[in-house]
Amino acid sequence: MKLIKNAAGRFVPIEINGQKQIPFQGVNKYKPTGRKTGAPIKSCVDFPTDGNKVVRNLRDALKKAGLKDGMTISTHHHLRNGDALTNYLFDTIKQMGIKNIRWFPSASFPVHKHLIKYLENGTIHHIEGSMNGPLGKFTSLGKMKGIGVLRSHGGRYQAIQDGEVKIDIAVIAAPTADEFGNSNGVIGPSASGLIGFALADSEYADNVIVVTDNLVPFPCIPWQIQGNNVDYVVKIDSLGDSSKIVSGTTEVTKSPDRLLIAEYVAQFIEEAGIMKNGFSLQAGAGGTNLAFVLYLKERMKANNIKARFMRGGSTKYLVQMLEEGLTDYILDGQTFDLEGVRSMRENPNHVNTSPFTSYNFHGKGNFASIVDVAVLGATEVDINFNANVVTHSDGYLLHGIGGWQNCLYSKCTILAIPSFRDRIPVIVDEVTTLCGPGELIDVIITERGIAINPLRKDLLKALKKSSLPIKSLNKIKNEVDSICGLPDKPKLNKGKVVAVVKWVDGTVLDSVCQVVE
Amino acid sequence: MKEKNNKASAGKRGNDIRSDCYIEIERKSSGGLKTDIKSKVNSMFGNSIKEQVEEMCSCFNIEHSKILLEDNGALPFVIAARFEAAYKRLNPDETKEFLPKMLRQNKYHTEKDKLRRTRLYLPGNEPKFFLNAGLHKPDGIILDLEDSVAPTEKDSARILVRNTLRSVDFYGCERMVRINQGQNGIEDLKYIIPHNVNVVLIPKCELVEQVTETILEIRKLKVEHKIKNEVYIMPIIESAKGVINAYEIASSSPGICGLAIGLEDYTADIGTQRTPDGKESFFARSMVVNAAKAAGVQAIDTVFSDVNDMEGLRRSVIEAKSLGFEGKGCIHPRQIQVVHEAFAPSIEEIERAKKIVLAFEEAEKKGLGVVALGSKMIDAPVVKRAQKTIELGLLNNIITEKWRNETN
Repeated sequence: MKLIKNAAGRFVPIEINGQKQIPFQGVNKYKPTGRKTGAPIKSCVDFPTDGNKVVRNLRDALKKAGLKDGMTISTHHHLRNGDALTNYLFDTIKQMGIKNIRWFPSASFPVHKHLIKYLENGTIHHIEGSMNGPLGKFTSLGKMKGIGVLRSHGGRYQAIQDGEVKIDIAVIAAPTADEFGNSNGVIGPSASGLIGFALADSEYADNVIVVTDNLVPFPCIPWQIQGNNVDYVVKIDSLGDSSKIVSGTTEVTKSPDRLLIAEYVAQFIEEAGIMKNGFSLQAGAGGTNLAFVLYLKERMKANNIKARFMRGGSTKYLVQMLEEGLTDYILDGQTFDLEGVRSMRENPNHVNTSPFTSYNFHGKGNFASIVDVAVLGATEVDINFNANVVTHSDGYLLHGIGGWQNCLYSKCTILAIPSFRDRIPVIVDEVTTLCGPGELIDVIITERGIAINPLRKDLLKALKKSSLPIKSLNKIKNEVDSICGLPDKPKLNKGKVVAVVKWVDGTVLDSVCQVVE
Repeated sequence: MKEKNNKASAGKRGNDIRSDCYIEIERKSSGGLKTDIKSKVNSMFGNSIKEQVEEMCSCFNIEHSKILLEDNGALPFVIAARFEAAYKRLNPDETKEFLPKMLRQNKYHTEKDKLRRTRLYLPGNEPKFFLNAGLHKPDGIILDLEDSVAPTEKDSARILVRNTLRSVDFYGCERMVRINQGQNGIEDLKYIIPHNVNVVLIPKCELVEQVTETILEIRKLKVEHKIKNEVYIMPIIESAKGVINAYEIASSSPGICGLAIGLEDYTADIGTQRTPDGKESFFARSMVVNAAKAAGVQAIDTVFSDVNDMEGLRRSVIEAKSLGFEGKGCIHPRQIQVVHEAFAPSIEEIERAKKIVLAFEEAEKKGLGVVALGSKMIDAPVVKRAQKTIELGLLNNIITEKWRNETN
């Protein structure tokens, strides 16, 4: 395989799974031109005039959609670890004797380890999406037939829009749908909140199949997915395990060290002057991320500050902020608990968004860069502020990118991370896999100190008199190294690329190599 | 644990274990050294763990043995402690110690009247809590060898605590150890006194003899190890008898820096239970405060055991402060800040302290023997108290270092 060095100094393939690639050229350097791709032209007269598109079962729908070997099939992760549909989908595809599918999920979860046998027997050729948990390990050991492609949520939209990925059949899990195909995620036994991850697929795929376990008479209100884009509707008994779709309880971390990090984050946001009337923030669902929101809430109340909007992953904690009047809106990308689902269903100021509005590189702007502060995690950062979210220091793929890369465009990007986990240092000389260029990462907050990117002279100045433990990243790293010792590098087969990490513009940012056991 | 005299183990094993390891050493008559290392961090630290095991084997001249190590991310000082404990269970007569490097930043000493608002208790056999304890900025960290360590693990915990005193950064917090009762506690001292412990806590103290015995052993160890600096003593009163003897205990030695009270055992001893309003312990707490003050040492209150009730904790500290206590035990890092805030002086207290300290400094500059504020003379203890208030104000960010220029 031919590898070349990209603008980030990383060696990346120029061809993946038979498709030519463009190596990363630098942040905001690559802007493809031409016209966006589109779905094939269809006519309403070819669809039932009574609007009833229900077919007998998923197998029939796939047959009608013309399923063939080598096609690209997309699914979405709003059912999270409760998803039963994707596993059922590939059981059906296997029964139909179809091979070499390119699976294009918006993310994968541990529940999808069921699909490993289909990767082994050739039903699935490779995954373009995320390779979490068991699928990540499988991929890292070089067992997948093709090369995996990891994209951000925004990068997935970009790849669909500029034709890098043509979806043959989109299979959309709809917690509620009508027979015309209108669907939403806020109602039904498998309610997941919203289904914005499926929006691009509904608009660009050749064929769109909506699968629901809660079929209602037309019209399904609200319609987060428009039936006018849908070819077939299938009713099944259950989309999955609702207790794992939304966790029901999302709890704040109890770890005193994580809470200390969260407190530092809240104090930093206030002292940097970010917390002022009308500000905005992006929160997530990790234990530290939930906790910083609570500490920030105390500071906002004490200073009589109100935010204009907060971006989720929503949880009950964001919902409380909305209901207590501490923010005008929640602009929600996915809903992590039952309170989030309820709020989205009942409160018009809890708004459903999609990767198009939030993250898309080919949009005429997106929300990510409007946000004042984003608090994110990482598995590793290096002394140049570069960060990794997909592999661990042992080289194994374990996580997807999610919206992480896209959120780096916020006005202040903070990574809130422990300085080491068990004995494994999180701050390293060079990240195992590059997912986010350091120039976009402004602050790293650990329990041992806070490092501000030297490029952010404004932040350095604003925090000059702070009581926070502001240090250089090198100093924090040296302290951690003296505790843990210097780790050996992971044993990787540099000649065998098992997956690549795309940047938000579609270029190849880094390669993930096979782990030698 | 020991089995048949040719096999012994130490440490913890299992999937839910973090930052610790399990080591088993089996003595053989021949066949050389065989090591079997399983580590959660093998790809990064497998080689360094192997090297460490080899180093330990050569230190203790171990030959012809089978060594099993199951590691869940233990740091080198923990691996060393577990190895040494397993080896000594197999060879109880071994006196040699494998001492990890003493960190340069751990060599500080403290003062008798140092602030001791918060002392964070850490179970002495749980290494995962040690590393970051100092980051939460308690005034002191207590490595506990007593109640939190199972009787069968005392030997292993001693070695771990010894290594912790050397290898873990205490970030300037006062370095304390709570030893066991009786002879066990005297034995504990051998493992801690040579490694720069600042304060030794004596549990269930009810007789002056307990203090005297401890001090004699410390003195002996100090001579043996050529230690010059003071090791302070903090007896903990936890029984009816202890309360009655509190003054004698507190005044029994100039090395005593404070007197603490432990109410769990005390209430059991007088045959009652702890209640939220604490009437049952009012007498004991007042006795301890009074005895401490009469002896010129600090009075330190018991722990607040509901780690989720921060409001209750705050109220209990304010009450303790009103009774005359100067510190509180903490059992969770999240309690530290709440206790510090509750012990913080009020604005009025600070304003008064500023005036006194400025008057004192002015008198000093002029070489005057007496300090006067307006027409009132001010005694030395009042000046000292005001200086402490200023220190607390600084620590709680109520005033800045420039307070002298900012007075109104």
